[in-house]
Order: sequence, then structure tokens, then C-alpha cells
Amino acid sequence: MAEESVVRQSAEELPKPKSPYKEFARKFLKRKAAVVSLIFIIVLALVAIFGPMVIRYNPNAADYTALLQGPSPKHIWGTDEFGRDVFARLIAGTRLSLSVALGSVVVGTAIGIILGLLAGFYGGIVDSIVMRGSDILFAFPDILLAIAIVAILGPGVINVVIAVAVFTVPSFARIIRSATLEVKEAPYVEVARSIGCTNSRILWKHIFPGTVQSMIVNFTMRIGTAILASSSLSFLGFGANVTEPDWGTMLSQGRNYLNTAPHMVLCPGLLIFLTVLAFNLLGDGLRDTLDPKIK
Amino acid sequence: MDENLMSVQDLVKTFEVNKGFLAQKKYVHAVNHVSFDIKPGETFSLVGESGCGKSTTARLLNHLIRPDSGKILFEGKDIAALKEDEMRPLRSDIQMIFQDPYGSLDPRMKIQDLIAEPLLIHTNLSAGERLKKVQELLGLVGLSPEHGERYPHEFSGGQRQRVGIARALSVNPKMIIADEPVSALDVSIQAQVLNLMQDLQEKFHLTYLFISHDLSVVEMISDRIGVMYLGTIVETAPKKEIFAHPLHPYTKALLSAVPIADPEQHNERVALKGELPSPVNPPSGCLFHTRCPYCTKRCREERPQLTEVSPGHFCRCHLMESA
Repeated sequence: MAEESVVRQSAEELPKPKSPYKEFARKFLKRKAAVVSLIFIIVLALVAIFGPMVIRYNPNAADYTALLQGPSPKHIWGTDEFGRDVFARLIAGTRLSLSVALGSVVVGTAIGIILGLLAGFYGGIVDSIVMRGSDILFAFPDILLAIAIVAILGPGVINVVIAVAVFTVPSFARIIRSATLEVKEAPYVEVARSIGCTNSRILWKHIFPGTVQSMIVNFTMRIGTAILASSSLSFLGFGANVTEPDWGTMLSQGRNYLNTAPHMVLCPGLLIFLTVLAFNLLGDGLRDTLDPKIK
Repeated sequence: MDENLMSVQDLVKTFEVNKGFLAQKKYVHAVNHVSFDIKPGETFSLVGESGCGKSTTARLLNHLIRPDSGKILFEGKDIAALKEDEMRPLRSDIQMIFQDPYGSLDPRMKIQDLIAEPLLIHTNLSAGERLKKVQELLGLVGLSPEHGERYPHEFSGGQRQRVGIARALSVNPKMIIADEPVSALDVSIQAQVLNLMQDLQEKFHLTYLFISHDLSVVEMISDRIGVMYLGTIVETAPKKEIFAHPLHPYTKALLSAVPIADPEQHNERVALKGELPSPVNPPSGCLFHTRCPYCTKRCREERPQLTEVSPGHFCRCHLMESA
């Protein structure tokens, strides 16, 4: 008798399971600007990995017979004041610039996520300490803070990574905290508590996955900012060693020859501009795709 | 003492409101000296209108929030003051089914992982054993094992509530607190879920604390009923007794508001005047006196006690004490 009243429900009643990834890809492909940006970034990443192996010129080899030449078939983006091939230097610089940006954002994100989760979840004194700390860091303009940190630690690639990471942390902490506060109130978090989950299980298994969306979007946008910041630091002479190929450093060196050889500034400048734009557009596209409120 | 699975004694919970700077502190008296007993194997229901403290009581009993005072004896052991770590082993005995079938399942977990979560926490079963148990449970609540591979958003409300029931059952609890488990569902689905709950109760000798504002639902599933008003229980009695002989004026009004599907029958409606008083400033004396048609001077001044009017039938009313 008990068996009869249980209404059996077969699997056929359900529509076919939709893969969330396929659904995401379908929506994302509708956003043309984001797709183009993604392709650009993928190409850039490939260049960063394989570029230095295929270029014709050694980026550091000086050629005193061809100083400050404009674009020509031999040197497609011209040469700099030591006769080094600008195209080769840009390709070689891609690896350094991208890895500095990526490294600093990864470090900053990791720290920011942990602080944000703890602040949002535990509230009270933990929240106050993390948020007031962030407020203090927010009070300085990003680039000024980075300059101050590099000034203290000394110039160098690693120190640029640290400097950019430091000003990435508070914005992440704040975003993850607010996402945590929102997810924390979800009924399924109370359910998790009622079935006996420990705090750390609730935090990592139930709350953290709920904040991943805002994390991905912010992560992408922050890479653009980080490229700009690390290039600015290099431009100001705080970044990579002047002999190393780096977008910011090249821009800084080209500045002296703006009248005679504008291509020295134009090429790295354009590349920085396009890269930052691509990351921002990709971030926008991801945000729009992941936000269920925007169709 | 031991005949009760759970015994709630004088439970009080207030929430602070108006926390602003220099503002006068006020308290919402959500649960106001609530006492009741639940015997093993029975279904005890709490009914009352929105905001009367039913869900707060459920959350107190499930140790999701701490009471200000009072005792919650579970199998004779006071769990009200336990720390979270001390409470955790007991959680497998007291499981909860939640009101919102949409919000109570983590949207990023598969159904089988959701149902297996209590097993992961409370048992030492291997992943394979857990999966086997989950598939058994899915069959038990009328779903098929293939459903386990899916995500919550692919399910209807009724199916999700079945998942919630399977999850609560996974660790063989002695007691299940069901906080408005069917109020978010269609009437036809409500009956299915209630039937399922009754079948499972028979099969596993479960004890239910059932919380609802819907009297027809309560009439179907309960053995005994407690009527709540403004955070207090005003009347408790076996189901038949309370529907046949309601004593407290509030219970009478509540029962007379149930529509009867018979145009020939005209019941006398007890219409209450006034609004539900704010739980921030509960009335003096009997909490119900502001709306009671039989209010006397004594009602305004003195708080009535829960007294046993006939065997098993308790009522909190001065009129019944004198009768």
C-alpha cells in the first residue's frame, strides 16, 4: 500500500541535460567584441610562448648600420636607436609583459579571495580589519602606490609583480566579500549548516563556488590594468632592466626620438593599447554572459 | 521523561532591532516561552499565521540559532546550550526539510552529491557505497537513479522537495523537522509529497515536527497540533480533538476561516477585529486580548498559563481556567 502512493517519476520526463559549458559557449559566441578579444589574447599568448623562437633578429643584437630606421621590408616595424629590430623586441617583450601582468594578478587574486571570503563569512572584527586595510590601500592612487612599493623594494621584475599584486588585493577582497555576503544568505548555506557541515566546508564547498563568476570577470579586467601598470612602471624606469625588451621600457626609450622616429613609440604604444582593450572587452563579455539578468 | 523524543521547555528567542547609533534598542519577541513535547513516531504540527514564530522555533530546534533561554531536551539531553562541535554528531538524528525547494539545493552541485553530503559528514562510507545509498534513496522518494547526475535547476519544485526529503533521510534520522515543506508547491504536488512523507514515516518510524500555516495540510498529516500566536503556543491537542472542540478563541477563529467545499453548509465565521500586534511591543496580559471577542479585565492584566482542560488538550486562556 505504501508503495502505491509513491508516484514514480522516470528520467524521460526531464529534458535532455544541458551542459552548462555548452550553454555558456553559445551565449558567449554572440558577443562579437569579446570573441575577437579572446582570439587576439590567444594569439598574443601564442606569440609570448613561441614568438622568440621564430623571429629573424636577436632582440638584443645592435646593428649600427641601421639606426632609427622607419618600417621597411627588412625591419617591418623599423629599428631603434641602437639598430635593434623593434618587431623582434616587441615579440620578445610580450612574454615579459604578459607574465608580469598575469603573475601579479594571480598573486593578488589569490590573496584577495582568501581575505574577502574570510571577511564576508566571519564578519565582525575580521571584516573590520580586512575592509579598513583595503580602504587604506584604496586611498592611494594605484600607480602611486605601486611606485612607492617599487621605490622601497628597488626596481626589478619581481618587485613590479609584488607592487601590482598589492593594489590588486583590495579590489578583489571587496568584490569577493560582497559576493560572499550575498551567497551566505542563500537557503542552501543554512541547509549545509543544518546537515552538519563545518565552517571550512561551507566556505569552500558552498560559498566559494558562488563567488567564482565575479572572480573570473574581475580577474580578466584586472589583467588589463596590470599590463598598463607594469608598463607604466617600466616607462618610469622602475621595471625591467633597460636592456631587456619590455613594452613599457621601449615606450620610454622611444620617447626621446618622438620627432625623428615615431614608430618607436607608436608600435609598443599601440600594442599596449590593444592588449588592455582586449582584456577589458573580454571581461565585459564574460560579465554579460555570466549575468543571468542580461539575456 | 523518556517517553518524549523531544521536549521543549520554556523556549525564548528575541531578536534585536533598531541597531542604529544612539537608537533605543528594541527586541522582537519571536519565540515567547514555548513548551511542547513530541513523542516518538508521531507527527506534531505547529500552525499559525505568518510571523508567529513557527520557523524561528524550527531553526532553534535544529540548532541553527541559539535560544535566549529555555531547554530543548532531545532523548533527555539538553541540546540548547551545546556548542556547534558538540551538536554535530547529533545532527544526523535531527534532520530538516526546508520550505524553499528552489533555494535549499546548492545550484552548483549534482543531485547525487547533494544527497550524499550528510553521508560524507556523518558516516565513513566509501564513495561507491555512498553512491549506492544515494540511488536507493532516489528510488525511495520516487525518482530514478539517472536523476542523480543532474543539477537542481533541471527539476520541478515537487521533485526538488523529494530530493530534500532524500537528503534528510540519508543518515537515518530519528526526527525530521519539516518547515513548511509543501507551501511552495502546487496543491496536486502537495498531496504527493505529503503522501510520500507519510509512507516514509511508516517505513522508518520517523517522528515529524511539521510546520505549516495551511490547516488542510495539517489536518492530513498530524497526530497532534499546536497553535501558535505571537510566538506563544495557545492551544495543543490531538488533531481530532482540536478540529472538533477548539477551545481557545484564536483557534476557533483560525478554524472557522478554513473554506468548506459545500455551498449548502454555512458555518458561523468568527471574524477577528484588528491587526496582529507587533511582536516588538507584545500586548500585556494575554497576548491575544487585543483581538479577543471575549476579553475581560483579567485578560488585559494577567498572562494565562497553559492548562490541561481535558486529557491531552492544553489551552492558554483564562476563560478555560475558570470553566
